[in-house]
Amino acid sequence: MKLFEFQAKNTLKEYGVCIPRGIAISRSADASKTFREIGCNRCVIKAQILAGGRGKSGGIQFASSPEEAQACVSGMLGSHLVTRQTGQKGTEIKYVLIEEALPIKKELYLAITIDRCLQTPMLIASAEGGMEIEEVAKRTPDKIIKEPIDVFFGIHPFQVRRIASQLNLSGTLATKLSNLATNLFDAFLKNDCSLLEINPLAITAHDEICALDAKMDVDDNALYRHPEFNHFIPCQDISPAEALARQYRLSYISLNGNIGCLVNGAGLAMATMDIIKLHGGEPANFLDVGGDASPEQVTQAFKIILSDQKVKAVLINIFGGIMKCDVIASGIIQAINEVGIHIPLVIRLEGTNVEMAKKILNNSGLKITSAKDMKEAANLVVSKVF
Amino acid sequence: MGILIHKDTRVLCQGITGHAGSFHSERMLEYGTRLVAGVTPGKGGTLHHNIPVFDNVLEAVTKTGANASVIYVPAPFAADAIIEAADAGIELVVCITEGIPTLDMIKVKKYLSHKQARLIGPNCPGIITPGACKIGIMPGYIHKPGQVGVVSRSGTLTYEAVWQLTQRGIGQSTCLGIGGDPIVGTDFVEVLRLFENDPETQAMVMIGEIGGSAEEEASAIIQKEISKPVVGFIAGRTAPQGKRMGHAGAIITGGKGTAASKIDVLKNAGVTIADSPADIGDTVARLLR
Repeated sequence: MKLFEFQAKNTLKEYGVCIPRGIAISRSADASKTFREIGCNRCVIKAQILAGGRGKSGGIQFASSPEEAQACVSGMLGSHLVTRQTGQKGTEIKYVLIEEALPIKKELYLAITIDRCLQTPMLIASAEGGMEIEEVAKRTPDKIIKEPIDVFFGIHPFQVRRIASQLNLSGTLATKLSNLATNLFDAFLKNDCSLLEINPLAITAHDEICALDAKMDVDDNALYRHPEFNHFIPCQDISPAEALARQYRLSYISLNGNIGCLVNGAGLAMATMDIIKLHGGEPANFLDVGGDASPEQVTQAFKIILSDQKVKAVLINIFGGIMKCDVIASGIIQAINEVGIHIPLVIRLEGTNVEMAKKILNNSGLKITSAKDMKEAANLVVSKVF
Repeated sequence: MGILIHKDTRVLCQGITGHAGSFHSERMLEYGTRLVAGVTPGKGGTLHHNIPVFDNVLEAVTKTGANASVIYVPAPFAADAIIEAADAGIELVVCITEGIPTLDMIKVKKYLSHKQARLIGPNCPGIITPGACKIGIMPGYIHKPGQVGVVSRSGTLTYEAVWQLTQRGIGQSTCLGIGGDPIVGTDFVEVLRLFENDPETQAMVMIGEIGGSAEEEASAIIQKEISKPVVGFIAGRTAPQGKRMGHAGAIITGGKGTAASKIDVLKNAGVTIADSPADIGDTVARLLR
């Protein structure tokens, strides 16, 4: 789960990280009042979306009076912000963060992430703050400093000393960096983060080290031990179909094509999308019903696919191992009886209880095209949409 | 032969009385796996499917001589279960459980680096040496004893590949899923080396997917150390950037870990790539001819 900047900052504040004074609002009527409440001459107004590239797309603006703040917030809230990470439609701005604008001497980069290759948390720093780290890595890889973090020990003081000297920080600034790094790792561990990125990390005119932005991704697998994040879920930036899928523990991602897919297992689901494309079609979605779905989950999965107006045909590809084919067949029939189906349906079933499943489908009287293997299934479903 | 497990492997099941553990223990017994013990805290002293159940792994190992363990316990307790198995001297730990937090797995791996135990998974279908021993949740009947080693990050896609082989009369030496999580116990590199050294294995199938760099690391080894033919398939050519495709580890981030780049490095390392998931069996058949 990705947290909005203001949610991440509120969390980091509890760990002693220096954050500019700020308040997030969702109604433009609150803008001028909030500006006065923060009580400084100049504020930065930041669109809260879960995608990068805001600065270059007008998602970060400055205001020097309550009126300016009001005008700026009114323009932002409810509008769609298009950045190079959002796609053409952009993302609706539902919250803005109003913050004091701090005088800045220098901008740095600091992050903790999981290095999959070394299987360890990794502290990453760079003097090139404010830039996208992937860009820095591409153009000037020597400007990226990495220190693997021992998950039991935490960050060793010598590691931060090494980073400070490469960032040309000394004296109290080096001490402040050390404290910050320790606090960040504490927050990373206790919140089960997969990414905690401060970019830019500012050195202010008063020699404070302050997080001007914060990106925080929490490991979905660890959400069960973080009930404090539950109230963030409704404001996540996902479609109604994706929200419904999540409720039924289905893995669903909407795509641009017109062939709906219902598959068991993530690898097979990806391979099914791939083979549709290989045969000249375009998948409308990724949907993994999981290893041991119930008939109810299958029914819901089917409904989610049919609710997508783009979908002109559906391919069901099931290799029943733990999941029995007859369970899938019953789920499909139940779904069709509930919602009806007006588009072609191609089914490929293999594995446990496949004969029983075929009988159930044949006796249902439904118009279903069945395929003997993946290749035939892909060919058939693609032919249905042309 | 085959790798890691054989007909004399003595298997213990952690979480044997749970829903999944109970169901799959029965399937393993039907297949002929020597399931010698179960562990469920609080149910020690009872029998389940006629198998003695113990309160902890150490006691089960001491009393039954189990040397492999399969774990079905829920995600919040799975990291502890892996460590308990390793601590009790189990040599092979197969963790089926899906949804273990990544930081838990990082700690587990750090712990295991000082132990003898090999971990397979988590979030995997398990391992099978056809006709000899099945540890996990894969349907047994789709397999056939033979000479092709199969290793994969996926579950059902592995069944698909294995079924294609079996239908063409091509048997398997050992098939295993290494798991779909970002942090797994045993990686492609280790399995490929084991297959290379297994006299029975004549060829290998490696099924990867988007995300991470396990396939890239494997390709370096294939070029240098592997003399047997390798057929590869990478799932997720059509996967969008930045979205997690079902598996926690299947995500393209910052333009890294795409199917196209993995296919490129594998081809360069001499791997024969099946472009379609429907062609894995035929590609192997051509190579063996």
